[in-house]
Amino acid sequence: MTTITEGSLGAAVTTDQAALDAVRKAKQKDIVLATGGMIVMAIAMTLLLTLIGDLVIRGAARIDYGFLTSYPSRLPERAGVLSAWVGSLLVMLVTAFLAIPIGIGAGLYLEEYARKGWLSNLIEINVSNLAGVPSIIYGLLALGLFVYGFSLGKTILVAGMTLALLILPIVIVSTREAVRAIPRIIKEGAYGLGADQWQVMWNYIIPAARPGILTGAIVGLSRAIGETAPIITIGALTFIAFLPPPPVTGEFPFISFAWLNDGFTVLPIQMFNWVSRPQEGFHTAAAATGVVLIALTFSLNGIAIWIRYRLRKGYRN
Amino acid sequence: MKTFLFLCAALSVFVTTAIVFVLIRDSWEFFANIPLTDFLFGTMWTPVFANPQFGVLPLLTATLQTAGLAMLVAVPFGLIMAIYLSEYARPAVRETIKPALEMLEAVPTVVYGYFALLVMTPFLQQIVPGLKGINLLVPGIILGIMILPYVVSVSEDAMRAVPNSLREGGYGLGMAKWQVAIRIVIPGAFSGITAAFILGMSRAVGETMVLAVAAGQNPNLTWDPREGAATITAYIVQMSLGDVAHGSIAYQSIFAVGLLLFVITLLFNIIGFYLRRKFREAY
Repeated sequence: MTTITEGSLGAAVTTDQAALDAVRKAKQKDIVLATGGMIVMAIAMTLLLTLIGDLVIRGAARIDYGFLTSYPSRLPERAGVLSAWVGSLLVMLVTAFLAIPIGIGAGLYLEEYARKGWLSNLIEINVSNLAGVPSIIYGLLALGLFVYGFSLGKTILVAGMTLALLILPIVIVSTREAVRAIPRIIKEGAYGLGADQWQVMWNYIIPAARPGILTGAIVGLSRAIGETAPIITIGALTFIAFLPPPPVTGEFPFISFAWLNDGFTVLPIQMFNWVSRPQEGFHTAAAATGVVLIALTFSLNGIAIWIRYRLRKGYRN
Repeated sequence: MKTFLFLCAALSVFVTTAIVFVLIRDSWEFFANIPLTDFLFGTMWTPVFANPQFGVLPLLTATLQTAGLAMLVAVPFGLIMAIYLSEYARPAVRETIKPALEMLEAVPTVVYGYFALLVMTPFLQQIVPGLKGINLLVPGIILGIMILPYVVSVSEDAMRAVPNSLREGGYGLGMAKWQVAIRIVIPGAFSGITAAFILGMSRAVGETMVLAVAAGQNPNLTWDPREGAATITAYIVQMSLGDVAHGSIAYQSIFAVGLLLFVITLLFNIIGFYLRRKFREAY
C-alpha cells in the first residue's frame, strides 16, 4: 500500500478536475459538430424532398390515361407525352443494345486480357477521363460525326448511339469492379480442372460478375433516360405528333427497323419545352413529365441498389 | 474473341480522339475568321446580328459565376456532411444515407431546371431584392445542391481511406473526436477532398439544362448574379434548338465554345484525377 500525503492527494484531484473539464469541453464541441452535421444533412434532405414533393403534388394529378396517350398540343390541358415516352423507350432500346455488350466487352478485356503496359494504361486513363466529359460535348460529337459526318440525320439511331457512348464508362467501370471482386480461387479452380481462358470467362467469370454488371448497366440506363443536353444538340424535335413505325409488323419478316431512322422526341426534352413556356398549364404538364421521369430513374436505381444489396449478402454466406 | 474484346476497349480511345477531332475540325474555320484574341477577350457575343461579334467573355463569366456559386454551396455543406458521415454517423445511418444520395444523383437535370425556374426563383424573389425572374443566383445554388451528393460521396471515400491507426494515435494522445476529424482526418484526406471539389466544379461548369432553363439565353457581361446571362452550355442549347445552317459561322461557333468548355473541364478533370490517384496511393 502506498501512503498518500494530504498535499499530493489534493494535487491529483485538481489535475483530474482540469482533465475532466478539458474532456467535457471537447465532448461539447463534439456534440456541436455532430449536431451541425446532422442539421446540414437534414436541411439538404428536407430541401430536396420539399422540391420533389412540390413537383409530385403539382404533377401527379395531371397524369392520367389521356396524358400518356396524347400527343403534345398547343392547348396545355390536351397536351400529352405519348410521342415522348415512346421516343424515350426506343432510344433506350438502341442505347442498351449498344452500350451493354460493348461496355462489358471492354471491362472484361481490361481486367482479364490486358497486359500491364502503356496501351492498357492509356485506355484506363481515357475511360476515367471520358466519364468526366460534359454530356453536351457528346452531343457536339454526335452532331459533327453522326449527323453530318456519316449523314445519319437526326434520328432515333443517332440519339441511341450518342447516349450509348455517354454511359459506356459507367458500364465499363462497373464491369471491371464486378470482375475484380470475384475471388481468385474460383478462377484458379477452373483453370486447375483444365478449362481454357475462354471457358473460364464464359462459365465462371461472367456468371459470378453478373449482379455487378447488371447494376452498372441499370445505373447507366437510368442516367441516359434523363439526359437532355446531348439529344437537344443533335437536333431532336420538341413537337412531334406522330409515332415511328412499329418495330413489329404484320408481314414477313415481321421485324422492321424503319423506326431507327425516324425523327423523335424524348421525355426530358418534352419537359424542357414545357418548362420554358409562359402558360401555367404547360408548367403543370412539365411537372407531370418530371414525375414520370423521377419515377423511372428512382425505380431503376432502386432495382440497382437492391441487386447490390443482395449481392453483398451473397458474398457473406 | 479476344480481338472483339480489345476492339470494345479501344472504342473508348476512339471516342476521345473523335471528340477532339470533331471539336477542332469544326472550330478550325471559325478561328480562321475570328482571331483567337478577339474570341478570348472580346466582350460582345452577338452571333446572329448583321455584324456578328464573337467575344466569349460574357458566356465565360456567366459559366464561372454559376459554377462559383455552386461551389459556395457545395464546399461547406459537402465538407460538413462528409465529416459527419465518415466520423460520426453510425453504420446504419451511413448505409441509409449513401444510397439516398445516389438516388438524388440520378434525378434528371432538367427536373432541377424546373425547380430553379418555377419553385426557387419565385420563392427567393420575396427575399432577395432586385432578383430577376431569370438570374444566375438560383441556378448557381441549385447546381450546388445538384453536385452535393457527388462531392459528399467522393470526399467521404477519401476520409474513410485514412487508416484507423492514425485516428487511434490521435485518441491515444487524448484528442477528442472533432480534433481527430479536423487535425488528422481532413489533412490526411486532403488531396482526395480537393479532388472531390475540383471534379464537382468540373461538373458544374459542364452542366447544361439547369442553366438553359433558369439562367436565360441572353449573353450578358455582368458580375451581378441577380441578372440573367447565358452560359456556354446554354448558348449551345439555344443554337441547337434554332435551325442553324450547317457550315455557317453560327454553327461553327458552337464547336468553338464547345472546345473551350472541353479544355476547361479537361483541365479540372486531370487535376482531380491526379489528386484522387495520389490519395489512393498514399495509404
